[in-house]
Amino acid sequence: MAELQTEVLQKLDASPAATLTSEDDFPTLPFTTLKAALDSLNSKEMITYETRETDHNVLTPEGQQILETGSHEAKVWEIVHRLGEFRIADLAKQEEFASDPASAKVGQARAFKEGWIKKHPEDKTKIISGVDSINDATRNLLETVSQSGSLADAATVADLRKRKLIVAQKKVAFTIRKGAKFALEILKEYTDLDADMLASGKWQELTFKPYNLKALGAPAMAGALHPLGKVRHEFRQIFFEMGFTEMPTNQFVESGFWNFDALYVPQQHPARDVQDTFFISDPPKADMPRNENGELLTEYWDNIKQVHETGKFGSLGYRYPWQGDESLKLVLRTHTTATSAAMLYKLAQDPRPARYFSIDRVFRNETVDATHLAEFHQVEGVIADFDLTLGDLIGFMNEFFGKMGVKQLRFKPAYNPYTEPSMEIFSWHEGLGKWVEIGNSGMFRPEMLESMGLPKGMKVHGWGLSLERPTMIKYGVSNIRELLGHKVDLNFIEGNPAVRLDQEA
Amino acid sequence: MPTITVNKADLFKSLGREYTTQEFDELCFEFGIELDEDTTDQDRREKDGTERPPELKIEIPANRYDMLCIEGISKMLNVFLSREDVPNYRVVAPPNGELQQITVHESTHQVRQYISAAVLRGVKFNQARYDSFISLQDKLHQNLCRQRTLVSMGTHDLDKIKGPFTYEALPPQDIKFVALNQTKEMNATELFEHYDKDEGSRHLAKFLHIIRDSPVYPVVLDSARNVCSLPPIINSELSKITLDTRNVFIEITATDKTKAEVVCHILVAMFSGYCDEPFTVEPVKIISPHNHESREVPDMTPRSTTAEVSYINSCTGLNLTAEEMCNYLKRMSYIARPSATDKDLLDVDIPVNRADVLHQCDIMEDVAIAYGFNNLEKTFPGKSGTIAKPLPINKLADIIRLESAMAGWSEVMPLILCSHDENFAYLNRKDDGNTAIKLANPKTAEYQVVRTSLLPGVLKTIRENKKHALPIKVFEVSDVAFKDETYERKSRNERHFAAAWCGKTSGFEVVHGLLDRVMAMLRATFIEKDSGADGYWIEELKSDTYFPGRAADIWYRKKGKEAKIIGSFGVLHPSVLKAFDLTLPVSTLEINVEDFL
Repeated sequence: MAELQTEVLQKLDASPAATLTSEDDFPTLPFTTLKAALDSLNSKEMITYETRETDHNVLTPEGQQILETGSHEAKVWEIVHRLGEFRIADLAKQEEFASDPASAKVGQARAFKEGWIKKHPEDKTKIISGVDSINDATRNLLETVSQSGSLADAATVADLRKRKLIVAQKKVAFTIRKGAKFALEILKEYTDLDADMLASGKWQELTFKPYNLKALGAPAMAGALHPLGKVRHEFRQIFFEMGFTEMPTNQFVESGFWNFDALYVPQQHPARDVQDTFFISDPPKADMPRNENGELLTEYWDNIKQVHETGKFGSLGYRYPWQGDESLKLVLRTHTTATSAAMLYKLAQDPRPARYFSIDRVFRNETVDATHLAEFHQVEGVIADFDLTLGDLIGFMNEFFGKMGVKQLRFKPAYNPYTEPSMEIFSWHEGLGKWVEIGNSGMFRPEMLESMGLPKGMKVHGWGLSLERPTMIKYGVSNIRELLGHKVDLNFIEGNPAVRLDQEA
Repeated sequence: MPTITVNKADLFKSLGREYTTQEFDELCFEFGIELDEDTTDQDRREKDGTERPPELKIEIPANRYDMLCIEGISKMLNVFLSREDVPNYRVVAPPNGELQQITVHESTHQVRQYISAAVLRGVKFNQARYDSFISLQDKLHQNLCRQRTLVSMGTHDLDKIKGPFTYEALPPQDIKFVALNQTKEMNATELFEHYDKDEGSRHLAKFLHIIRDSPVYPVVLDSARNVCSLPPIINSELSKITLDTRNVFIEITATDKTKAEVVCHILVAMFSGYCDEPFTVEPVKIISPHNHESREVPDMTPRSTTAEVSYINSCTGLNLTAEEMCNYLKRMSYIARPSATDKDLLDVDIPVNRADVLHQCDIMEDVAIAYGFNNLEKTFPGKSGTIAKPLPINKLADIIRLESAMAGWSEVMPLILCSHDENFAYLNRKDDGNTAIKLANPKTAEYQVVRTSLLPGVLKTIRENKKHALPIKVFEVSDVAFKDETYERKSRNERHFAAAWCGKTSGFEVVHGLLDRVMAMLRATFIEKDSGADGYWIEELKSDTYFPGRAADIWYRKKGKEAKIIGSFGVLHPSVLKAFDLTLPVSTLEINVEDFL
C-alpha cells in the first residue's frame, strides 16, 4: 500500500504534464487497489483525483469458450463436414460438446439457419453438410469485443448480450493530479493521542489525521427506562408539584364491592358482564369489607345495600334486589378507582382536605387490537375538600393539563355511574385539526360519599386518563402492543428520547 | 355508549332549521351527546343501487334511554333550545271505561315474574315512524334490558287480538303458535329447535338461553287463548304490527320490576306523540294478587321532588336565584318552581322518561349543563394545602429501576397476565394450587393466571427480540400477585425485581454483578452466612429452573432478624430455554424487594 502510494507520487513528479491516467500509468492494477492508495493520498491533500466511468463489455465464460474453440454452430458444421452424414440425436454426445451438451442444440439450430447443414434427403434423422467452408462470425465478433470492449453496431452488441455471450461492465478510470501538500515522502499520520505520546512529549512532532466530523461517535453503552416508565415519571412529578399523595394501588384483585358496589355501579351494569371484566375463579370469594383492625364495615355494607336497593341519602336508589354474593365476587380491578374508594372510606373516618393520585395497571376482558389490550395503565387523581365547585374542577384540569403542554380544553357533559356531573375532557389537537378526548372527570356522587360517612359539605373531584394514549402520541406509536407487553422492540426502548411533556413534540 | 342513526333532513326539520355539521356538533357537545358521523359527503349507495339519505350518527350517554330514537333526540334538543315544552303525558281511560286487563298466573313467578303494559290508541304510523318504533325496541333490548335478560317488550296490533289477556307460564310443548315471520305453527320446543338450526334466526337464537332450561316458558295469551308473545323471544305472527295498525298493545315482561316500568314509560313517552290525541295513553289493568303487583299501568305522573338552591350553587360555583335555576331546568325537560314554603328549595317535577334522575346531584348537573360547563368561571381549589408523598414501595422501585438503568440495563414492561404453562411448566415449576390467582373467564389462553414471577414476561420479551445485538440485558421492577387467605381480597401483590442476560455465553457472573450492585445501592452488605451480621449472602440452589450447579439462593438478614430467602439467580436450564423458544444461554435474577422498605 505504502509502496503503491510512493509509486504514484514518483510517477506524478516525473510526469511532464503533472497528470497521470490510470489506463496509461497503471493499466493492470485492479481499480479498488489503486483507489485505496489514491484516497489515502487525497485525505492528506497530497494529490487530487477525478473518477471517470465508461461502459464496457466483457465476455461471459461461455463467450470466452467460443473465442477459444469456436461457436457452437461452427462445431456442429465441423462434425458433419468431417463425418459426411450424421444422426442428429448423436450430436450432443460428441466430444466437442462434452463440457456442455445443451449447447449442441443451440449450435444445430444456428447451423441450420445459416444453411451450413441440411437434412439428409432420404433419412430425416440425419444431417449432412450444406457448404464447403464457413466464416465463424460469432467468434469473430467476440474477438473484437474482447479487444476493444465494444462493437460499432449497437444492435449486434444487444444481440450478443441477449445470447449471454457478453455482459456490460462499468470501467473505472482515474485522472490524477498534484495536491496542495504534494511531496515525495509520505508523513505518517496518527489517529489518536495516546498516553505514551503524552509522556514522551512526542505529540509535538507528530501529524494527526483529521477527524471525520460527519460520522457518529461510538455508541454509548447505555441502559434505558421504558417509555411508559418515563411518561409515568413525568405524570408523578406533576402530581407531586400539586400536592398529591400516591395511593397504595399494589392490589390487582378487588372484590365486586370495592370495584363496583362502593362506586354505585349497579349489579346489572354492563361493566360487570363477563364480556368486560375478568372474574377470578381461584380464590373463590372475598371477605366482607373490613378495616385495618379487622373489624367488619357492617354499617358501610348496609348503606351500600340500601342506596342500591331502596335509596338513601336523598337518593331514589336503583331499586333492585342487591346481592351480597355478587359483591363478594373477586375480579381483576377494572380501574384504580377501586383503590380511590377504599382511600375515601378511610378519609371518611377523619374527614379533611386530601389529594390522592395513582398510576397503575388495570384489566379489561377486551378483544385485543391495535388500540386495546387486556391491560393498560390508568392515571387517576382525586381531590377531596369542603365546598369544592365544578368551576374548581375545570380550573384544576386546565392547570393540570397545562403542565403537560395541553392548553386548550373544553368539557362535554357525559355519563358515569359514580360521578355527577361527569365531564369528558377534550383538547384541541393542532395536527388533527379537531377536538380529541383526553380524559374523564367528575364529582363523585353523594350516594357514594355519604355511604362512607363523608359529611355532605365535603365534595370529591376525580379524573382519569390512560398512560398509554399520551405515550403513544408523544412517541408516535400506533399499535399499543408494540408499547406495553413483550412484543416491544428493545431498540425502541433504548433509543427513545426524554419525555418533556411540556415541550412540543 | 349506544349510537343512534337518524335521518338528517328529518331531524333538522323537527329542529326548525338547517345546521352545518360543525354547528350541530357544537349543539350536541353542549347538551352532552356526541355527533359521531355525518354521512352527507360519503358514498351512500346501497347494494341495490338506491341511495340512502344523509344520516347523522349520534352517540347517546348510557343512561339516556329516552334518547335512543329520533323522537327522543329531537324532543330533548327542542326543549333544550326552548323551542318546545315538555309534553304533558296523560293517562286516558276509554270512553266506555273498560280497561284492557292482564291476569298474571303465579306460574310465571319461577321464570319471569313481572309484567307491565299500555295501549296507544289512534296511532298513525308511516315507514319512518314504524322503523323508529322497531329500532327503539331493539336499542332498549340491547342496553337497559341487558340483552332481554332483565326486560323484554312485545308490541301488538290490538285489533287483531282480543282481551282480557293472561300472562302464564306453560310447558313449552303446550305453547303452540305461528311465530312472527314464520308460516308454520310450532310448539315452543319445535320453535327453539328451528331457531337453533336456522341461519336466518341467529339474532333470536342468542336469547334462547334465558328461558331454555326452565320447565315452563312465559306466554302472553288473549281471551281466545291465542299466543300473543313468547317473551323474551318472539311475538306471534297473528298480532303483527303493520303500517296500517292504529291501536298498539304494549306488553313488557321482566325479572326487574323497576326497569319494566322504565321501559314502559319510555315507549309511551316516545310514541304517544303519534296518537290522534297526542301524548295520551290508555291504561291497562294488571291483576296479580299473588305477588301484590295488581295495579293500573302506566303511571305517567311526573315524580315530584325538591332540590336545594344552596346545594346547586355550592356545587356549580354559581350564584343563581331560584327562578333562574327553574329556567335552566326547564330547558333540561323538568318542570321546576321555587318552593312556596322554603326559600332554599325548588319543587321539581321529573318527567317519567327521565329515569336517570336519582338524586338532587342529577338536577344540579342539569342546571350546570343548561348554564354551559364551558361558561362556568374557572377557579382553582386553593383553599387547603396538602403535602405530596410518594407510595414507599414505588419510591423503592424507582431506586432499583434507576440503578439498573445506570448499570446499563434496559427496562421492559411485559403483561401481568400469562398462561398457566408460562408461569409454571415452562419454568419447570409445579403449581401447588395455593399460589397463583386464576381467571374464570379469559377470552384467550394467553391470560389464565396472574403471574407469580416476572420471568415469563421478561423471557418472552427476549424471545421477541432475537434480532437485537447481543448481549441483551433487560430488567423489570413490578408487581406479581399471590393467593393469600389472610387478606380481605384473598390475595396480595408483591413487588419484584427481575433481570435477564442473553448472549453467546451464560452471563452468570454478569447477573451476579447486577445483584451485587443493586444490593450495594440498597445498603445491603455482602456477608458471611454465619456472621450474624445484617446483609445478604448466596448459597448453591438445586432447582429444575436452572442449569445444575449454576444457581444460587439469595439470603437476606435485616436488623438482626431471622434471615430469609428473597430470591434466586442462575443460568436457565436448557429445557426452560426451549420452552420459551430461546436458542442462546440466558441467566436470570429475581428477588422480592418488599423487605428493603
